[in-house]
Amino acid sequence: MSQVQPAPAKPEPVRAKELASRITSKFPEVKTDWMKERRLKVTATVATMKDVCLFVRDELGFDHISTVSGVDWIAKNEFEVVYFINSLSKPGLEDFVIGVAERVPRDNPVVPTLIEVWSGAEYDERETHEMFGINFQGHPNQGHLLLPEDWNDLPPLRKDYNSPGR
Amino acid sequence: MSGLTIQSEYSPDSDRIMAVSFGPQHPGAGHFRIKLWLDGDYLVRSEPDPGYVHRGEEKMGEYRNYTQNVPHLERPVILDSSNILFPYALGVDELMNNNVPPRAQYLRVIMAECNRIISHMYFLGIMGIFTGHSTMIEWGMGDRDFWIDLASRIGGARVTFAYIIPGGVRNDMPEGLAEKGLKTCDWFEKRIDEYDRIFFKNPIFVERTEGVGVLSTEDAVKLGAVGTVLRASGVKRDVRKDEPYSAYPDFDFDIPVLKSGDSWARCYVAVEEMRQSVKIIRQAFKQIPPGPVRLKLGPQPRVPAGEVYSRTEAARGEMSYHIVADGTPRPYRLKIGTPSFKNLAVLPHLLKNCHVADIPVIYWSGNYWPVEADR
Amino acid sequence: MVEAESAQKSGTFQVLVGKLNDVVQYAVGDPLRYLANWGRLYSLWPVHLETACCSVEVGAAAGSRFDFERFGTLEAFGSLRACDLIIVMGTITRKLAPRLKLIYDQMAEPRYVIAMGACAITGGLYFDSYNVLRGIDDIIPVDVFVPGCPPRAEALLQGIVLLQEKIRRAPSLSGA
Repeated sequence: MSQVQPAPAKPEPVRAKELASRITSKFPEVKTDWMKERRLKVTATVATMKDVCLFVRDELGFDHISTVSGVDWIAKNEFEVVYFINSLSKPGLEDFVIGVAERVPRDNPVVPTLIEVWSGAEYDERETHEMFGINFQGHPNQGHLLLPEDWNDLPPLRKDYNSPGR
Repeated sequence: MSGLTIQSEYSPDSDRIMAVSFGPQHPGAGHFRIKLWLDGDYLVRSEPDPGYVHRGEEKMGEYRNYTQNVPHLERPVILDSSNILFPYALGVDELMNNNVPPRAQYLRVIMAECNRIISHMYFLGIMGIFTGHSTMIEWGMGDRDFWIDLASRIGGARVTFAYIIPGGVRNDMPEGLAEKGLKTCDWFEKRIDEYDRIFFKNPIFVERTEGVGVLSTEDAVKLGAVGTVLRASGVKRDVRKDEPYSAYPDFDFDIPVLKSGDSWARCYVAVEEMRQSVKIIRQAFKQIPPGPVRLKLGPQPRVPAGEVYSRTEAARGEMSYHIVADGTPRPYRLKIGTPSFKNLAVLPHLLKNCHVADIPVIYWSGNYWPVEADR
Repeated sequence: MVEAESAQKSGTFQVLVGKLNDVVQYAVGDPLRYLANWGRLYSLWPVHLETACCSVEVGAAAGSRFDFERFGTLEAFGSLRACDLIIVMGTITRKLAPRLKLIYDQMAEPRYVIAMGACAITGGLYFDSYNVLRGIDDIIPVDVFVPGCPPRAEALLQGIVLLQEKIRRAPSLSGA
């Protein structure tokens, strides 16, 4: 129905580079995963996650939590928890979304809760807990949110849980 | 409000407190349950209990390929089904590096704005019946059908269009539709003023909603509120202006913001947004360029490995997708961030220290759609 | 001789009773049943249980364009003991299934069920989800199935008319 035209060239991720360098200069163990013009994803360790997030919120101005996403990397035997944050107060960062991730081993997934940093994360963390089985230490209520109360199977979004019939 | 200050001297654990389930079988609750702790006519605190419509969309997304995901991904918020597919299409297009043709971008915007109006009309209609104004629900549902007619001429079905897909849109709009669209826009602009007269300036509605459920700006930002809830609390943020996507940079429109943060403001922001949507649709119908509408991707599009976080502005707020692709025809992880789930933290914060009669007003003014929050 | 007489008398008596039964049935029972069914089918009150996405089409059907109140179906916002119809609009998840059974049990008889949408009939689009019931006729008996995803509002109206036909032909007075 059409001829495929090549997409226009992607612009340089200037802001992402600057933000990434600010984070890595303060926290050297933080790794930058990927950068785009309006996106940046960094991975911190579980121990320094809270300090990195406080830095991201206070110094860099990312104060509005968007969502929390969990990924099950079963091949590497790890879970990954990514917090996506927007900025509402800093001008020039309206279209920027930063993703702060952390990796935990699959057999003992314990991470600190970030409710004191962004209080809107309460329900997102509860959902990630029940879908993957990750324990958010310090969370006030990690009961079932979306699953039925009598769910006694594996947490459903894990890769070793297969939907019935699949 | 008549200046009543409400204080409760009883702690939530005393024996005056009665726990009541504002449950899934309730005309005022929808597919959702709120646990209420009442002290007579006075609500002490509440706790939401979602999950009654949790259908496992994210797990199902991993069992279907990128094209097969389109029908089931549009069903969570069936009211504005195009707006929940929009960020999915944007994300997959970004992963595949697709150059979507301009006519397809305009058609995507037209469908997205039609869906915004359809969703807001449902929201305002149900707000009418919750406050006892049955004319508003009949007018709302009836007028909404004109927009559903227009959208169904483009999309094919009444509510589930499956129209915005990775690579463009599914089909072109029929000839002569631009004329009909412009006529609908002209008629609707006059109609919105009539809603003002019967409903939004109605003293009973104003009495019931003004000053009720006030959400301050700091709380809205801290709790992660999005959409009409955020804009009614004074924060001027909208993804269409902050991070313009698709054809939105070509249009001239405004973002309505109100400062009071109460239930009336949350409803009236929706009315103002509908006016702006009509403006956008009119410009889109007049300026739409000719050309192809779809890239040929085939039934199993090959998406290279990568990760993308795409977001758009749905009717209720910011809709976001976190797609992790690993080079296979199926997504590795498909995380849907719906605006109702982002606004869920606002509900227990607002639903406390108020009268029982304020509960449906506060609950519905947050524009919470339970099916979308549960996915 | 006496037994034959008494047998003949009892035989006549039985035939007489049988004929009386027929008369009562045709003159009183049938009109009563017709009246009861007529009253029931033109005043079906659905329980307000919004289940999933088909509820949007029920909302449209209740609206001013496809008004279903002209068929007597009034959305009564009162107690569910006063309702006699439950329209299961869409997907039933495992969390909602026991509540659906509870609501069905609490309704007063005669009660009717319309399964609306593909999800309520067989699980529909969500057939392979971990949290979805594949059709509600495993837990409650269904009278009318309305297919579609979602069915158009006119299809729901046809479903209600079909249910009215079914009630019109109900054989017993209790409406079963």
